[in-house]
Amino acid sequence: MNSGIDLQGTFVQSLSDFGISTELAKILWMPFPMLLMLIGATVGVLVNVWLERKISAAVQQRIGPEFAGPLGVLQPVADGLKLVFKEDILPAKADPFLFTMGPILVVMPVFLSYLIVPFGQNLVITNINTGIFLWIALSSIVPIGLLMAGYASNNKYSLIGGLRAAAQSISYEIPLALSVLAIVLMSNSLSTIDIVEQQSGYGILSWNVWRQPIGFVIFWISALAECERLPFDLPEAEEELVAGYQTEYSGMKFALFYVGSYVNLVLSALMVAILYLGGWSSPIPIELLSNLAGVDPASSWLQVVGASLGIAMTILKAYFLVFLAILTRWTVPRVRIDQLLNLGWKFLLPIALANLLITAALKLAFPTAFGG
Amino acid sequence: MQIAEGVQLVTFAILSILLVGAALGVVLFANIVYSAFLLGGVFISMAGIYILLNADFVSAAQILVYVGAVNVLILFAIMLVNKREDFKPLKNGWIRQGSTAVVCAGLFALLSAVSIVTPWSISTVSPLASSVVPIAKHFFTDFLLPFELASILLLMSMVGAIILARRDFLPDNLGATSTQDSLTLPERPRELVGK
Repeated sequence: MNSGIDLQGTFVQSLSDFGISTELAKILWMPFPMLLMLIGATVGVLVNVWLERKISAAVQQRIGPEFAGPLGVLQPVADGLKLVFKEDILPAKADPFLFTMGPILVVMPVFLSYLIVPFGQNLVITNINTGIFLWIALSSIVPIGLLMAGYASNNKYSLIGGLRAAAQSISYEIPLALSVLAIVLMSNSLSTIDIVEQQSGYGILSWNVWRQPIGFVIFWISALAECERLPFDLPEAEEELVAGYQTEYSGMKFALFYVGSYVNLVLSALMVAILYLGGWSSPIPIELLSNLAGVDPASSWLQVVGASLGIAMTILKAYFLVFLAILTRWTVPRVRIDQLLNLGWKFLLPIALANLLITAALKLAFPTAFGG
Repeated sequence: MQIAEGVQLVTFAILSILLVGAALGVVLFANIVYSAFLLGGVFISMAGIYILLNADFVSAAQILVYVGAVNVLILFAIMLVNKREDFKPLKNGWIRQGSTAVVCAGLFALLSAVSIVTPWSISTVSPLASSVVPIAKHFFTDFLLPFELASILLLMSMVGAIILARRDFLPDNLGATSTQDSLTLPERPRELVGK
């Protein structure tokens, strides 16, 4: 197995050659991928906001933002700057400490989850054995932040919005986790790297979406519900709740919620790409192409091309899914809260359980096709 | 190895301080909502200590189950039944608090004496790369009975919760509106399903 580019190894090696101890070199390496991921996630949000505004405009036959920069690409930056300079209002009789902690608790787990998103064989912050499980565990912290924000605002709309958000994320976490479990069953590992590797054999034909079509649909619906995207944006239903738990927030604290929701959307799209659409592997395997062209697979320029192609593939797949989510948002009406909970508990949960059972049975029956 | 050990020591100190401080806050805060939120902090610091002990799966499960489910459930219960009422200060309340403090201090002294006196056998086996497979093997061999019993217990509590929430078995005298206190929901009791 060719391991691809190992940037960390090269960095540590070159620093050790300067006479710095290996441990110190490893510590010096640590901030780079983290900073890169933070910047990447933030830029992802800006792209996302721009896409949302442009696509919604196209859906409604408008033009959308067009004056700030070419095609309006600077509009999200302007929005962000506006939010930074807005006054930070603390409502009367609100709990100042919890009011500040709420948005922080919502944003932090989402950014932490980027630890396990792989963009290539070695292009991941940490390859831990519990990768995908860690993501599920971290996303279960978010409802506490939502409840905190709803409670601390001293506003009944906020409280109801917070309670709804928590109820929604708890009930959709179960089908989400069950469909992830079916994937884990097939790839024999919780590590995101192994999950992608297991799908990389035959290009597009070996992607998990063909073996787990039901799981794919369940995962995507639950992920949309976890992100509170429109068919499921009950916590901030404008007609009923003003803006849900965000009602009293302004300025930077509101921006944290805003950034958190978009980062979460990109993260969910990345997760779908990793779990079901082959992650960084391209539809036609790059090894096949290099063999056809007669290029040595170990040559360095091919490695660089392969790594860039991997990053591009992951982002391309994720943004295709983001496009689908945006299109859904501007096409489909909102469901009611009872419909939402019925869909989660009475429809998705039994189907996810059946999907898990069927996957286990198929794995026992056809171990070659279902990763024995 | 010095840097790694130093980092471990500092992390352990920070986590322990967080854990003890948050646990004290849970007990000592008068506001029950603060206590509930701090309980989440206690669970998260415990998950951090599990990571230090090379039990990554256990720590993720700790966050998922205790923070994501148990603590959210507690918060739900508090926020849906939060009656704003001023409690009258108890006469001689300090006796209760004092005796509680004495009992707690005694327990703490006992436990720390035990943990200092006991000659712990520290395992020298190098930590496993992945703890998931050994845990699963134990679950399905020598710990199979407790594992299945726990699932039956959960099923029983789930059935109980559904029966309570549906309120199928209403006592006959509940129809009288005079006995309504502030804890009953201000809605008409539903018709029995079977009739």
